[in-house]
Amino acid sequence: MKIILDSYQLHLTIQRLAHQLIESHTDFENTVFIGIQPRGILLSDKIVDHIRQLYPQQKIQYGKLDITFYRDDIRKELHVANKTDIPFSIENRKVVLIDDVLYTGRTIRAALDAINDFGRPAKVELCVLVDRRFSRQLPIQPDFCGKAIDSLISQKVKVEWEKGEVVLY
Amino acid sequence: MQLSTRHLLGIKDLTPQDIQLILDTATQFKEVLQRPVKKVPSLRDVTIVNLFYENSTRTRISFELAEKRLSADTINFAASGSSVSKGETLLDTVNNILSMKVDMVVMRHSASGAPHFLAQHIPAAIVNAGDGINEHPTQGLLDAFSMREKTGKLEGLKVAIIGDIMHSRVAMSNIYLLKKMGAEVMVAGPPTLIPKYIQEAFDIRVEYNLKKALAWCDVANVLRIQLERQNQVLFSSLREYSLAYGINKKLLDSLNKEIVIMHPGPINRGVEIDSDAADSNQSIILQQVENGVAVRMAVLYLLAGGRDENN
Repeated sequence: MKIILDSYQLHLTIQRLAHQLIESHTDFENTVFIGIQPRGILLSDKIVDHIRQLYPQQKIQYGKLDITFYRDDIRKELHVANKTDIPFSIENRKVVLIDDVLYTGRTIRAALDAINDFGRPAKVELCVLVDRRFSRQLPIQPDFCGKAIDSLISQKVKVEWEKGEVVLY
Repeated sequence: MQLSTRHLLGIKDLTPQDIQLILDTATQFKEVLQRPVKKVPSLRDVTIVNLFYENSTRTRISFELAEKRLSADTINFAASGSSVSKGETLLDTVNNILSMKVDMVVMRHSASGAPHFLAQHIPAAIVNAGDGINEHPTQGLLDAFSMREKTGKLEGLKVAIIGDIMHSRVAMSNIYLLKKMGAEVMVAGPPTLIPKYIQEAFDIRVEYNLKKALAWCDVANVLRIQLERQNQVLFSSLREYSLAYGINKKLLDSLNKEIVIMHPGPINRGVEIDSDAADSNQSIILQQVENGVAVRMAVLYLLAGGRDENN
């Protein structure tokens, strides 16, 4: 087992991602944040909280998306469906998708399909905490990335939110 | 994460975990139905036949909509106007349909146990959409879903099932389900329409006085008087039944609490329930119909997924 980010580094990385999002979006009039269920929202909660603290006057729109029904492996394996809550229109808005670990890219493919069912966004961006490089099965890359790592297919990357660590094992 | 059964033949075969999983999944599908695009691609590669050997409005439309919302391909079969009238057997009909590569069968039949028979002879997954006087599992599930949504719980909930218990598959599925989920169940109606020994068999209450039953319960699930299944006189007239067991607004107002009124449809207005009660804001009859689509989506999704042995 190897610690990729310890709790202090994790805290710094989340702050950096929040600041990068602020930098590239200046004001959030036309931007919405969508965390991907179940584990992506643990990250998106923290990023959105941080942006809200920095811009208390600004209305930040934040939703949660579950992609279970859009998976491409339903016939092989079923997963527990979680709540989707997108209480605003995404039509012509910039959508920032937030997930914890980007690996094969299949989850993001499903999320893009799901987003389409809510409207036609002007742009979709991807923000992830960990990018497992060179393991993509689809042409998907992050726009904002906390840390890029090299890992083997046999390894797993997990964000331990209770301990505040990202580990490779 | 999977159901413990390959088919949905009855609530009798489900575990409380299965029921919980179906209801929780249905909650997520209900949200899908509020979206601009009320559709998910989950069952794109699945073909489902709706085999209806008995009349139906709500259940057939509800299943068909659920299948379409899941992106499944659907075929509808009604016994009238088919080769059934030329004498083709049930098994032959189904095998012929399955040879055209159909994955799931949704079936309604007037003979109790018809889907169970089919399940022993064909490889496809079967969903019982009502068999004779045995069970109507998806109705039981959508009733439970609606109760849980309205009252927030099933455990400890007091539910009175009122009317023709004897001929009702809805009553059977409701009793099995509610007992498994820890609700308290009472059946109420004229003694001729309540099977003997039902109290002992299911450990439920029996009440012959409508007012007492309503005063006891939190939810009243009112059943239809099944005129098509009565081959003997079990009460003297519809008028008399309505006077003794019909639910109306006046009766509901005389209770010192507000109970929830449910009905699986189709309603015989003025017989088991009057319009002023059926259309009141205590009634969740149309919500039940709305929830039916989400619950059936959950059942089809959970039965179709995770079972591809080729992978």
